[in-house]
Amino acid sequence: MAAAAETVVSQAEPEVLLAGHGITKRFGSVVANDDVSVELRPGRILALLGENGAGKSTLVNVLFGLHRPDAGQVVIADENVELSSPHDAIARGVGMVHQHFQLVPPMSVVRNIVLGAEPRKLGMIDVAQARRRVMELADRFGLHVDPDAAVEDLPVGAQQRVEILKALYRDARVLIADEPTAVLTPQETDHLLGVLRGLTDQGVGIVFITHKLREVMAAADDIVVLREGRVVGTTTPAQTSEAALAELMVGRAVDLHGDRFESGATGVGSAVSTAAAPSDEEPTAEAGERPVVLDIAGLCTDDDRGQRAVDELSLAVSAGEIVGVAGVEGNGQRELVEAITGLRHATAGTVSISDRDASGARPRQVTVIGVGHIPEDRAKHGLIGSYSVADNSVLNRYFRRPFAAGGMLRRDRIDSHARDVVATFDVRTPDVDSPADSLSGGNKQKLIVGREFSDDIDLLIAAQPTRGIDIGAIEFIWRRIRERRDEGTAVLLVSAELDEVLALSDRVAVMYEGRIVATVDPRTATREEIGLLMAGAAPGAASPAADG
Amino acid sequence: MPLVSVVLGLVLGAVLIAVQGHSVTSAYGALVLGGAGDADALLRTLQKATPLVFGGLAVAFAFKAGLFNIGGQGQLLVGAAFAAGVGFGLEGLPLVVHLPLALLVGAAAGAAWGAIAGVLKATSGAHEVIVTIMLNFVAGNLTDWLAANPWQDRSGSNIIARTPLVQPSAEIPTWGWLPAGFVLAALVAFACWFVLERTTYGFEVRSVGANRHAAHYAGISVGWIMASTMAVAGLLAGLGGAIESLGVDGRFEAGVNVGLGFEGITIALLARTNPIAVIPAGLLVGLMEAGAAKMQFESGVAPEIIDVIQALILLFVAAPLIVRWLLRLRDRPDAPDRRLTLGAGWGR
Repeated sequence: MAAAAETVVSQAEPEVLLAGHGITKRFGSVVANDDVSVELRPGRILALLGENGAGKSTLVNVLFGLHRPDAGQVVIADENVELSSPHDAIARGVGMVHQHFQLVPPMSVVRNIVLGAEPRKLGMIDVAQARRRVMELADRFGLHVDPDAAVEDLPVGAQQRVEILKALYRDARVLIADEPTAVLTPQETDHLLGVLRGLTDQGVGIVFITHKLREVMAAADDIVVLREGRVVGTTTPAQTSEAALAELMVGRAVDLHGDRFESGATGVGSAVSTAAAPSDEEPTAEAGERPVVLDIAGLCTDDDRGQRAVDELSLAVSAGEIVGVAGVEGNGQRELVEAITGLRHATAGTVSISDRDASGARPRQVTVIGVGHIPEDRAKHGLIGSYSVADNSVLNRYFRRPFAAGGMLRRDRIDSHARDVVATFDVRTPDVDSPADSLSGGNKQKLIVGREFSDDIDLLIAAQPTRGIDIGAIEFIWRRIRERRDEGTAVLLVSAELDEVLALSDRVAVMYEGRIVATVDPRTATREEIGLLMAGAAPGAASPAADG
Repeated sequence: MPLVSVVLGLVLGAVLIAVQGHSVTSAYGALVLGGAGDADALLRTLQKATPLVFGGLAVAFAFKAGLFNIGGQGQLLVGAAFAAGVGFGLEGLPLVVHLPLALLVGAAAGAAWGAIAGVLKATSGAHEVIVTIMLNFVAGNLTDWLAANPWQDRSGSNIIARTPLVQPSAEIPTWGWLPAGFVLAALVAFACWFVLERTTYGFEVRSVGANRHAAHYAGISVGWIMASTMAVAGLLAGLGGAIESLGVDGRFEAGVNVGLGFEGITIALLARTNPIAVIPAGLLVGLMEAGAAKMQFESGVAPEIIDVIQALILLFVAAPLIVRWLLRLRDRPDAPDRRLTLGAGWGR
């Protein structure tokens, strides 16, 4: 017990806020954590880095009392503890910010924060006191939110601050943040990293799960890299580099920049880029001679609130080219994709795909024309979580031969197709009968990509194809998209990650307030120029558009 | 878990019987004998179980599409009334034509009744729970009126609101202790399972129920599926009503079938909306209802205890946490069982 040790550290300050020693956790025959040890000290940010399925979530779930370890010891504030539920962890000052927020959308910020621990007066919730305490906390930690706003009206970044406040309101000394930046825009991410640093200045310790190397290098004090359930490296940003971390995570050198850029700029070691690089000479000029597959003219559509989201947009994508749409999220990209794929009603304009009029087509018709669609929200649109991997592998093609005949599903064909997709796209799953929900994020995405690629498509629409997934899977999916392009498929790529757009695209269309404000050549345009265009600067200010 | 709930319900029922000073063994013994002790008892049980199975299927099928069909009662009533109408109204037809026709008309009436709620849901978003509850009242009044006015039995001095007996050519046969209606119910239950699990239509229905947005992305017409699923649900309940008129009562009588449709909700829950499990669930409740009279006769226990036991079973099925607490089962977050969420129909 720590009480026995007379330490020189300030009175109640524990030496170790949270630790796991030799944690082992098995699920059936799968060893999710194998003798994993981590330690978090006050005022520090510990980054847990690893691919999806590396055991990061299992580890923090053990530390938070959601799972019981099969072996090993959890330590909170210098004390060996047995956690039987998250309540035990919360009572000892451990808070968790889940990737999927645990908030009640219609309730106010204050009520969400105090929910379950409300200050009471005469058996009623003392709203005034609750509000005061929340405001104090928000001021003290620099977490600015409108206390009376309904949570559902807040942007994602503000909702996340509410989650953090919720933990702090329960006197958390340790904050576990599970992929907190996965849902944030770059600006929100920067803000969050600042907030986390502010928390550590007040003695809070933070466990930060991520697979984004840039954030780890920018924000972490200590880094623990997990792979296949084991700790494969413990380091600090000063002692390592992005490339070295990437190698540790994946277990081999990775190439994040593909065939577009010379690798020297990033210092990534022996690159294993595999996609047969197309002759890089004048791809845009060649594209002009290829047939136009997707032709959008004067397209208009509204967002969910009935506001004009896409405004007389015109864009063409030819066979064998990747056109990347860059833009700050919320400038109509989602609505554009939904209007093309039939998920949203276009109010004006035309869409033609492979010389066929697809204006106002329904999703089924768009699929049948020969369009693959990797949807932005894989949980909402891309998969049915309770369905098996096999059923999801034919989710939008179940009705066609060979998967169905005469209105009957042909299980054997569906299963063998699913096994093909799983093998070809390296989807890590025990079998094709497992529910899709049991897969990690990266494997879910590979399943979707595999499904969309397994059909004979002329056009691929990829919306945020690598959001929230690990480097190994990103590399894999990028390679597949490039291969598809090289085989002659037209690709429309929409991504909030400028790096992704730049790495993959042959042409970059910059979208701002529902319009394409410029089309630039990614080989000549700089990040700054594109950034200015994304922020709404007049196109003339940037380099001349390399229109195809 | 449903089995545990049944056992717990029976155990608590036993406590209630004992508290009243009756013998538990003689009460439950009489219940089983009254429900399965001889051919007559078995026949009663199977007859009671038949509309329960259909009512359970009507709820379970709709639930697969994420719809909560509270309208089994109304759908059953119109099915029963219109099947009886065809059953007594048409004369001179051979059995092979008359009986299927009467069943078909009853099923179609139920389907139409269910479709109203489905179409309203698909086109205007009107919540199916509200609409089906209201349609239950409409169906009740409509069939009461039919039985009291145009279709009333005018023979002799009859003043009861009921139709004449159906023609022999429209009667559903009974083979010894086995009513043909129950055989049909079991076949239809298997057919429901087959449709849901093995056909593209079933894939669409389940997709809409599991994730409406993904179903839309997959090119499934969500509106059509909701409308057609409610029609199928209505058809199932209507068929149950038709069999009640043609195979058990021999006619349609106002007020006789009240409540039968609602028990389908109990059955569907007990079966965890699995169409095949609806058969044993219907048999269990059917047996309790069939044996209740003998239990009262032999041990003096009020037959209402059956309703209490049913309610307890339903409570335990719907609230697994209570069962865990009662049995001191540790909630294992590692292996969460698939909870049945009936709230899925709300708020969409």
